[in-house]
Amino acid sequence: MQLQAETKHTEHSEFVSFTVAGQAFCLQITQIREIRRWQPVTVLPHAPADVLGVMNLRGAVIPIYDLSARFGLQQTEASERNVVIVVSVNDKPVGLLAESVSEIISIDPDDIQETPQVDSRNTMDFIQGIISQNDEMVRIINLNAVISSPEQVSL
Amino acid sequence: MTGSIMDTFFEECEELLEAMDAGLAAIEEGDQDPETVNAVFRAVHSIKGGAGAFGLDDLVAFAHNFETVFDDVRSNKLQLDEKLIQLLFRASDHLSDLVVCARDGGQIDEAHHTVLIAALAEYIDEEEEELVFEPMGMGAAFEPAPLAEVQQETSYDIRFHPLKEMFATGNEPYFLFQALADLGTLSVKLDDSELPGFDAMEDGESYLSWELTLVTGESRSSIEAVFEFVEGLCELSISSEGDDAAEADALAALNAAFGIPLAEDDAAVALPLEQPAPEPVEASAPAEVEAEEVPDSAEDAVVEKAAVAKKDAAKSSGPKPTLRVELDRVDRLINAVGELIINHSMLAQQIANLDASDTRDVETELEGFKNLARDIQEGVMAIRAQPVKPLFQRMARIVREASAATGKTAKLITIGEATEVDKTVIERLADPLTHILRNAVDHGIEAPENRAAAGKDKAGEIRLTAAHRSGSVCIEVKDDGAGLNRKKIRQIAIDKGLIPADAELSDSEIDNLLFMPGFSTAKEISNLSGRGVGLDVVKNAVTALGGRVSISSVPGEGSMFSIILPLTLAVMDGMVVSVAGHTMVVPITAIVETMRGNEDMINNLGSDGTLLSIRGSFVPICDVAGSLGLRTSTTNEPAGVYLLVETENGDRCALAVDDIHDQRQVVIKSLDGVCGNVPGVSAATILGDGKIAMILDPESIVTASSSAAVFDTDRRMNNAIAS
Repeated sequence: MQLQAETKHTEHSEFVSFTVAGQAFCLQITQIREIRRWQPVTVLPHAPADVLGVMNLRGAVIPIYDLSARFGLQQTEASERNVVIVVSVNDKPVGLLAESVSEIISIDPDDIQETPQVDSRNTMDFIQGIISQNDEMVRIINLNAVISSPEQVSL
Repeated sequence: MTGSIMDTFFEECEELLEAMDAGLAAIEEGDQDPETVNAVFRAVHSIKGGAGAFGLDDLVAFAHNFETVFDDVRSNKLQLDEKLIQLLFRASDHLSDLVVCARDGGQIDEAHHTVLIAALAEYIDEEEEELVFEPMGMGAAFEPAPLAEVQQETSYDIRFHPLKEMFATGNEPYFLFQALADLGTLSVKLDDSELPGFDAMEDGESYLSWELTLVTGESRSSIEAVFEFVEGLCELSISSEGDDAAEADALAALNAAFGIPLAEDDAAVALPLEQPAPEPVEASAPAEVEAEEVPDSAEDAVVEKAAVAKKDAAKSSGPKPTLRVELDRVDRLINAVGELIINHSMLAQQIANLDASDTRDVETELEGFKNLARDIQEGVMAIRAQPVKPLFQRMARIVREASAATGKTAKLITIGEATEVDKTVIERLADPLTHILRNAVDHGIEAPENRAAAGKDKAGEIRLTAAHRSGSVCIEVKDDGAGLNRKKIRQIAIDKGLIPADAELSDSEIDNLLFMPGFSTAKEISNLSGRGVGLDVVKNAVTALGGRVSISSVPGEGSMFSIILPLTLAVMDGMVVSVAGHTMVVPITAIVETMRGNEDMINNLGSDGTLLSIRGSFVPICDVAGSLGLRTSTTNEPAGVYLLVETENGDRCALAVDDIHDQRQVVIKSLDGVCGNVPGVSAATILGDGKIAMILDPESIVTASSSAAVFDTDRRMNNAIAS
């Protein structure tokens, strides 16, 4: 079973694409735990701009990051229409604010292109590759770079 | 399967090692009670037995040597002097090392091992000759019978019925019989009369008994010694023809107790009267060789009564029955109770929002629900609460090792060992406490010659105290050393760029510099304390538990570390307040008084200091919203409500908040790992509406705001101290 799943994995990976500040990003579907509608969060005092606050996820307190601010784009004015993508980093749930979720794309790993060098370090560090989808560029997020370790990011 | 049995063995080992340490500590204190010595002996013996079953040869060999020495101690052949006690301590430390090695793998210190075995052997060798024919005594109280009498052979009838518990503890009748056979000529008869039919037989039940006849020159006590480890686990009666006199005496003792005179010669009557011993059989044992006629049935009754009495005594003095439960299960329960409490507050909120005309009945019931939830919560927390005793015992070893390594003499005095603290707290306190104690020995206590010069006792004294103090646990480590060298500390802080050279610091601020990251007073790195990590590690560990650590010192008299910890990590009483539109919770324990604000109460002091006047006294005002950075501070305008809080060092401060909503129990959700340390905030909680509220830490808010006023220049230090 294990082997079968792995071979399938190399044939096709599924990604969830979403928009952040008008740009298309995606995460591997296996990294995502759930997607929730945005609800006002509790603000953390003295928190950096890209940490929106904390949210109650069925009794657990999870931090919410603004992806847009994290990528050095403008800060998102969060509203009801936005979504929180809950991912798991080092076994701890973390919420990422995105504008909206677009679709699930299935792709051959061979079609993932390396990130061309551009002069935007802030963004570059967080992107591990790009996919061309319907003539649009979708950026694959390097989750571990975005949230290297919760403690480190916070202050 | 083997794995799980082995796990149980190691769990038991931990308890046994604790018992052993406790016993040794008591002996060191001068407790010469044979029962204490026996307890240690039994602990070592049980470890040896278990280790033997798993083929842990190193452990068995060492435990055997240890046990042998102890056996001589309890039969009073070895005098417990200072040197021997120290050796026993070292041996016990090594034994626990061996247990750890056996459990986790890893290498033991071979050289140390050999040295200790040799040291123990020294004591054994001296006594070996006697050991051969000296039976294991029942303790110091019992004088062995004179040799000549013992040599006479006596025939004992032993009836032995193991209870099922005996098999559960891994005891094997065969080995007992083998040990008996070593004493003399043994014949064994199995009594299977109680054996039911095959269908009625129950798994694990014990149906068999044995009747044994032993012809031996040994005394009764040596037979009893064979059964010592199954005491209370079997029904045992030992009788002999030669015992008759003894039985008569015992009978007399019983009769005397019941006021029935017995026609006997004077001596026999006098003896039991003089000592209404709880164990008449043993007390009169020396007289056992004199034969006399007593009806068999009476004899048996006496022996059994004595045995029962003994069993009862063992029961009443023994530990309370306990239940071994996986920690996971308790934690699940605690989580569930936490949810229950959140659920209650959600319900309460829903009912308050209801449009119903009369909710009084519901509210009464809800109040009952709340009380029940609180009871359950307290009960569950009590399961997790454990006395700090084992932790303190481990610390005794740390001090021993540290003083050996530094060539200083230090004595650890522990107070309040019975104080109960949450298990997690105890576990996570081990490292910081170790660090503080090593520090105390290494840096706190002076070298013996310096102590003598200062007119102090050569041996340093470290007091480790635990106590409950108004909803929190206070742990203090106090040494009687030289105290902190503030000049030196200040200089080091300046050299390392931790504070500006012209910073004006109060004594306590200087003391607390020790907790800053990258601070270490040790000039050269000693291998004890100060290996690159400083006291900031201690601070972080304590803060992670929601506690605080502080240090105070008097030059020439010593220094004291105090650690204040919350009682539970799960639930606390809090006051729900609003601050700049955010709902927050302030721990009730911190609040002394609350009051509505009005303009008359506000007094300016200097350019931006404001004081609140309360019945003629003035306390500084601290705007919570301002200190959390939620809005710019406006302390000159009256806030909605002032919360008067008292900090750990007795300073008072008025926290300005907008409003008070409610007072309720909140479940503490740690922010640890979510977003690291947030200054001013100790944790978070989930409110009735499902929203998260920050739990404020008044102490750090006050410290941050007051020290910010003193020297704003070094924000870094404030953060370090506040966090």
